[in-house]
Order: sequence, then C-alpha cells, then structure tokens
Amino acid sequence: MVRAAAARTAIVERPLDPAALLAAVADAGHGATALFVGTVREVNDGRPVTGIDYTAYEAMAARELAAIAAEAAERFGTAEGAPRIVAEHRLGTLGIGEASVAVAAAHARRAPAMDAVRYVVEELKRRVPIWKREHYADGTREWLDPTAAGAPGTAVAPGTAS
Amino acid sequence: MSSQITVTTLLFASYADALGRSSVQVTLRAPATVGALLDHVRALPGAGRLPPAPLVAVNATYATPGHVLADGDEVALIPPVAGG
Repeated sequence: MVRAAAARTAIVERPLDPAALLAAVADAGHGATALFVGTVREVNDGRPVTGIDYTAYEAMAARELAAIAAEAAERFGTAEGAPRIVAEHRLGTLGIGEASVAVAAAHARRAPAMDAVRYVVEELKRRVPIWKREHYADGTREWLDPTAAGAPGTAVAPGTAS
Repeated sequence: MSSQITVTTLLFASYADALGRSSVQVTLRAPATVGALLDHVRALPGAGRLPPAPLVAVNATYATPGHVLADGDEVALIPPVAGG
C-alpha cells in the first residue's frame, strides 16, 4: 500500500529537538530514517566565531521550506510510498554547538530517506530567505554572503585557481 | 492623467543595514515593474551598497525584473541567503 506523503516544516524561535523530529517521521513501515543537524561551529573561514544571529523573511521562508519538503517527498517517492519529512530552522541568536537546522526523513528504504534529507538541506541553503550574522571573538559582527568572491563553497573564477 | 500604485518594499539583513531601515513605501506610476521599483530604491541614501541586480520577491514569491507590480504588493529585496 502506498502511504500518504507527509511533510511538516517550520521556522521556529526555540531550541531544536532532533529526537522529536525522529519521532515525528517514525512509522512501522519505515526501515530507514535519516537525520541532518546543522550546528554553529566555532571557526568560519579561519575566524573565531562566538555566535550567530539568524533572521528571516519569515512568511516567505516558511513557504519556501514547505515547498522544498513537498518537492522532496514527490521526487524521492517510490512504489513503497513517499518519504515522510520534517524540517525545522531556528531563528534568533545561537551559541556555539547549538542547532540552527534539523531535517529528518523516513522511508521504507534508505536511499529515498537519505536523498530527501540531502535535497531539503541543499535547497534550503539555496532558496530559503534566511540570513546569518556572525559574531567574532574580536567583537565585530558580519552578515555572511555565501556568493561573495572567495566565500567557502563558491566557485573560483576560471583562470584564477591556484 | 496616470494612475499610481504604492508598494511596500522590505529590506533585510545587510540591505536593511545599508539603507538604515527595514521597509520603505514607494509610489510609482502605473504600470510599474520590479525593475522600475529597483531604479527608485537605488536612488535612496545608502543604496549604493546594494548589488546591481538584487534578488526580488513579490508577495513572498521570487520574481523577475519584468514582473508587473500591483497596488499594495509586498516586495522584498533578498540578500544572498545564508540559512543552515
């Protein structure tokens, strides 16, 4: 029997509880559950970080995150059903080690569960209007621009690679 | 005589810092596109720090510069997103 697609997403201002996400996607018919948790790390691009402020265009962020989860449920569904997905992103000021994003997906098989989590995380970072301002150990604060030249993860212009 | 529309333009993160505010009401002569609104916003103090072609959403959905605005639309200038 094909199970109904179930995706639940939220933009929240409280600590994330990965165990609650695992419980929310649990299903006796699911043999595979994947979980991603993104946490604030103590160094970014070589600079000591003490915390991060997360802000969002909340109405749009909630809508985009819900759309992404629905896309993942459809894209990675199989004859055994769609993956069940729960995704939450936290806003506010977070300290080192605190979780900013958590995504869980469960499916009868492991590939759809892991693929769904990967898709939601990657698309979230690409499309959901959330911004972060890092606090550095020297007291300065800066909005991160992942598209800036030289930012980690951005492509190096042709001919400039060392 | 031409009609006019008024749209609310939301600014976030580095863009809000650049213009020193989180929203601005803009009145434009109809018909007006997202591009026309951007031309208006670029003339505001501090807007020199905005990129040449910022991402824009109209009523919480990504839109192109050619998108025609309606009176009362909520337009957001979206800085490079950095969730996760």
